[in-house]
Amino acid sequence: MNLVLALTIGVLYACGVWLLLQRSLSRIVIGLAMLGHGANLLLLAAGGPAGTPPIAGSDPATTADPLPQALALTAIVITFGVSAFLLALAYRSWLQRRDDEVEDDVEANRIAAALRALDADREAREARAVAEQEGGA
Amino acid sequence: MGDLLPLLIGVPLVGAAVSLLLNDHARAQRALGGVVLSTQLALSVALLVAVWDGSTLTARLGGWEPSIGIVLAADPLAAMLLVVAALMLVAVLVYAIGSPRTNDTAPYFHPVYLTLAAGVSASFLAGDLFNLFVAFEIMLVSSYVLITLGGSRDQVRHGMTYVVISLLASTLFVTAIGLLYAATGTVNMALLAEALQGIDPALRTALGLLLLVVFGIKAAIFPLFQWLPDSYPTAPSPVTAVFAGLLTKVGVYAIMRTQTLLFPTDGASTVLLWIAGLTMVVGVLGAIAQNDVKRILSFHIVSQIGYMIMGVALFSFAGIAGAVLYIIHHIIVKTTLFLVAGIVETSTGTAQLRRLGGMLHRAPLYAVLFLLPALSLAGIPPFSGFVAKLSLVQAGLAIGQGGIVAVSLAVSLLTLFSMTKIWNGVFWGAPDEPPAGEEAVGFVPAGRGMVVSTGVLVVASLAFTLAAGPLFAVSERAATVLLERTPYIEAVLGT
Repeated sequence: MNLVLALTIGVLYACGVWLLLQRSLSRIVIGLAMLGHGANLLLLAAGGPAGTPPIAGSDPATTADPLPQALALTAIVITFGVSAFLLALAYRSWLQRRDDEVEDDVEANRIAAALRALDADREAREARAVAEQEGGA
Repeated sequence: MGDLLPLLIGVPLVGAAVSLLLNDHARAQRALGGVVLSTQLALSVALLVAVWDGSTLTARLGGWEPSIGIVLAADPLAAMLLVVAALMLVAVLVYAIGSPRTNDTAPYFHPVYLTLAAGVSASFLAGDLFNLFVAFEIMLVSSYVLITLGGSRDQVRHGMTYVVISLLASTLFVTAIGLLYAATGTVNMALLAEALQGIDPALRTALGLLLLVVFGIKAAIFPLFQWLPDSYPTAPSPVTAVFAGLLTKVGVYAIMRTQTLLFPTDGASTVLLWIAGLTMVVGVLGAIAQNDVKRILSFHIVSQIGYMIMGVALFSFAGIAGAVLYIIHHIIVKTTLFLVAGIVETSTGTAQLRRLGGMLHRAPLYAVLFLLPALSLAGIPPFSGFVAKLSLVQAGLAIGQGGIVAVSLAVSLLTLFSMTKIWNGVFWGAPDEPPAGEEAVGFVPAGRGMVVSTGVLVVASLAFTLAAGPLFAVSERAATVLLERTPYIEAVLGT
């Protein structure tokens, strides 16, 4: 296996995952595209070493494996189509909100608010208990 | 008979193309959708009859060898799921046409709905992993369009989550396929079943876990389910209903197929048992905390997936047969419940429990349509859920897995509790006083198409109980094909 190809695949996956974890939608879209490229190169690498073009009649021992290339072509087309849809969706989201950030999860916010309320409640009770003790003493 | 298989994918795809041309003629589109999906149903039934005795039908596209060509294969499991899926698609189409708020008149609803049908069929029939990936993509791209249909702010926000998580799963799937090909030199599942036995066990386990994560995201198992309750409730009701019934179950089907065919274990799988138990418990606890009918039902999908995984995890004939029965029961009942939620939402304008109440007096029929599948979901005899849960419990006890059986029974009780919550909030008692500053909910009877199609599905789930004997027999044959592996492998390879 080609070292440059292996390193490229690794870098594409790493950058893709890093971008996917960002809060801005445009970065997420680019991250997914990079992950897709990494996966397609991985398919190519899975086919083994390069060889002569696989034309009917040539010796199978020296030709490149055509199957992963066919798979990669299909995967590229799918990634392309879905990326276009995702970009359209991101644009729509920007048109509606004029903002590229991924919104907070409503449910998570509610839980955080409930936890804060509980904490505040407990602190108030503790403060009251301390005040009563001091008053008693 | 094998020639039937490509038709199951081709008919809805051609239908989608024609439907696209008819985009300005809503009436013709509706008729076309009905005809195509009814044909699909008839073809699926013919297929099920052909494989009823436990045989496997295959079709080699273009006559290529399985190692390089595309092979479609239908065993009893695939055929049963095809029939139920086609039944749901027809019923939901009738519902969507009869419903005023579903955007069935939105451009592209009908063509995309038909490509979704093609994707679901292709997933059940795929004989190799790469075609399973392509089938998933056909299904998912259609679902991206359907879930954001209308493009309201909420839909775009939640649709985005759904698209990004599905896309990540698809990328992982391609990665898994690349690694599998590098390790074994094939993507055909029958060939992989043999080739995987010859590779390093550690590598095999890693590949198995990677595929489990990929399908786990699609099937919404613990801890990969958070996207589901977030995105499903925002879509129009018929869309949510068909997603709830079919999409996650395609993921479960893929888990079932790959775990039994490619990564068989001796005895129960501990990893899957833990996943099953946690999925059940976390899902049902999430459902109890919700206050919106559609959100409660969405969390229940997660909880119910746990039961199916439990059957797979037991890895015995009875366990797999129970899981097959459970999937079929679940597809029918869950779709019905979402359709009822849609009826409630259409007639009152809200699905919030705190705003609803007293529907029993206004529309007793809707209450009955909800009550029967709700009791079935909780596993109360004599409904279909009872039959499915009983077979899983017996399978669990038969091989001494008392822990997971206890968890599943406790979760059933909690399911009943949260169904009671919907019953009390929506149907029982007097209408709630509206909170200050809000209008009381009105009531407009839902369309006849909506009620009739929901009623047909309720009858179908009741018929499930009556036909439980033959259904269980064919589920056992499906389980036999899955666990013995050789009949499927020999049918695909033609040896």
